[in-house]
Amino acid sequence: MALLEIKNLTIEFDTPGGVVHAVNDLSYSIEAGETLGIVGESGSGKSVHILGMLGLLPCPPGRIVSGEAWFDGNNLMALSDRELREIRGGQIGMVFQDPMSSLNPVLTVGRQLKEVLQRHTTLKGDALKARMVELLDIVGIPHPEARLSQYPHEFSGGMRQRVMIAIGMSCNPRLLIADEATTALDVTVQAQILDLVRKLKEDFGTTVIWITHDMGVVAELADTIQVMYGGRIMERGPVRPVFHDPRSAYTWGLLNSLPDEGARTQRRLYQIPGSPPDMANPPAGDPFAPRNPFATERCHREVPVLRDVGDVPGHKVAAWYDLPALLAAEKEKTR
Amino acid sequence: MKHFFKDLTSSKAGLFGAVLLVIIVALALLAPMLHLPDPTRGDLRARLAGPTWDGLFSPGAHPLGTDEVGRDILSRLIFGSRMTLMVACTAVVLGGIVGTILGILAGYKGGFVDKLLMRLVDIQLAIPLMLLALLIVAALGPSIQNVVLVLALTSWIRYARIIRAQVLSLREREFVQSAHAIGASTLRIMFLHILPNVMTPALVVGTLELARIIIMDAALSFLGLGVQPPTPSWGRMLADGRVYLSSAWWAVTFPGLAIVLTVLSVNLFGDWLRDYFDPKTRSAK
Repeated sequence: MALLEIKNLTIEFDTPGGVVHAVNDLSYSIEAGETLGIVGESGSGKSVHILGMLGLLPCPPGRIVSGEAWFDGNNLMALSDRELREIRGGQIGMVFQDPMSSLNPVLTVGRQLKEVLQRHTTLKGDALKARMVELLDIVGIPHPEARLSQYPHEFSGGMRQRVMIAIGMSCNPRLLIADEATTALDVTVQAQILDLVRKLKEDFGTTVIWITHDMGVVAELADTIQVMYGGRIMERGPVRPVFHDPRSAYTWGLLNSLPDEGARTQRRLYQIPGSPPDMANPPAGDPFAPRNPFATERCHREVPVLRDVGDVPGHKVAAWYDLPALLAAEKEKTR
Repeated sequence: MKHFFKDLTSSKAGLFGAVLLVIIVALALLAPMLHLPDPTRGDLRARLAGPTWDGLFSPGAHPLGTDEVGRDILSRLIFGSRMTLMVACTAVVLGGIVGTILGILAGYKGGFVDKLLMRLVDIQLAIPLMLLALLIVAALGPSIQNVVLVLALTSWIRYARIIRAQVLSLREREFVQSAHAIGASTLRIMFLHILPNVMTPALVVGTLELARIIIMDAALSFLGLGVQPPTPSWGRMLADGRVYLSSAWWAVTFPGLAIVLTVLSVNLFGDWLRDYFDPKTRSAK
């Protein structure tokens, strides 16, 4: 059974410029133990749907129009605020983007770690202290005992993100959600954090949702990749087929805009034409159609549904066109 | 703490204010041990005696002179400072607590709560504070409790406004969202996560308010609505001595000077405290 199943989630924002359709009829599920990488550009709804699901979205201006989110037999959308608070931090841990501002600057790190543990476990006294030290130790912070009484400004960015991960993992959550958790870190620190998460996943079997706009991070960490655009899933499937045999023009564009490692051919990097859609006036059909060089007439008229493609099970795409065929034809023409 | 004193000694004005304040508070605290003449017992043979430094340590000496019923002015000043400081500090703390709580509530909750509280503040600001204070003391009767109450009432709005503005920006910070994400309740976030962040501005408003309230307290006493005689108070001494201004200058000059010095020291110290806690001015040094 899936650990988390989102069904037909639609989220809108009421703004002076009209209703912004941030998330449109989103459905997907994630199995226990799986690592799902969600990729997409700003405004693709990748963070918003998570915040909405956990009741963290400011309403107003946000509005959850419809949808269900089944987590471990409970529909998160139907839970009261109090019940949802029990789940947040306990069964679902979160790590946010900016480690510089995610920790309260005037409280010690120990005090912030203690708060989660006291909130969701029955640990007290020495056992509580021991668990705090253990957690900092697990995420690779040296001298954990001394570090507990320090303030966030005494930690470097990478160390702070480790603290955030310790807080997220503190109550052995079933699901850990990282929202752009490595975006604000430099590349070497990013690699360390990814190593850490991979190790935690192996040791504790935590299910992870990793939200990012960095394809490289997803390739390294995820089992399944889900590409989002305009509040919809464009393509989804196991990492290997999605990377090697993309079926959505958007995924194809993203992959082609990355420099090849050790490339011998000096090709120009691909640039996706146009700019992100105005979700207050979304395109009628496929949201990516206006920027898609392969768009057919049907793309502009009708919203495509996710359909199975390729020969790897679980690989799905929302597109009316057949990308490999179109690419082959293109190649034929230029020859 | 070490850094605190180091920074203080490098600021001349701040140090001056701090030292003066410490002296004033020490005098007020130690008053009963200083073997001063009874501040409430008059000596009609020594009415309006001028300041004299002869026989300074003999029992009948009046280094700052006496008032119209022959009470020792130095003694009255020192005992009066106890009352003034107590009233001012209580009012500042009371106003500070109420103002900070309501400021956090308005800033964090927003919407109706915010509108209601801020309109209340606007309304109160539209009424001259002195008039409001006079009305309330006149209605409830002059007593120490009522004076404290009135002074606190004129004070909370300043905290509420500044704290609200701070909270408006704090609540958008990511640590508030991460507090939500670990399952903290709204109340918990307001008072365990946001409150420690606004303690510094609250403290600074407090020092500035202390100076203002000392003057306001003196003004109330001057108008006869503060602490009632024979308990000494600075405002009262000013009011009583005013009549003799042309013949006995010391009866008003010294109480006036005491008010000026106290307010000045609190202001200087408060200014320094504001700079000390402001990371921008701190890093510029």
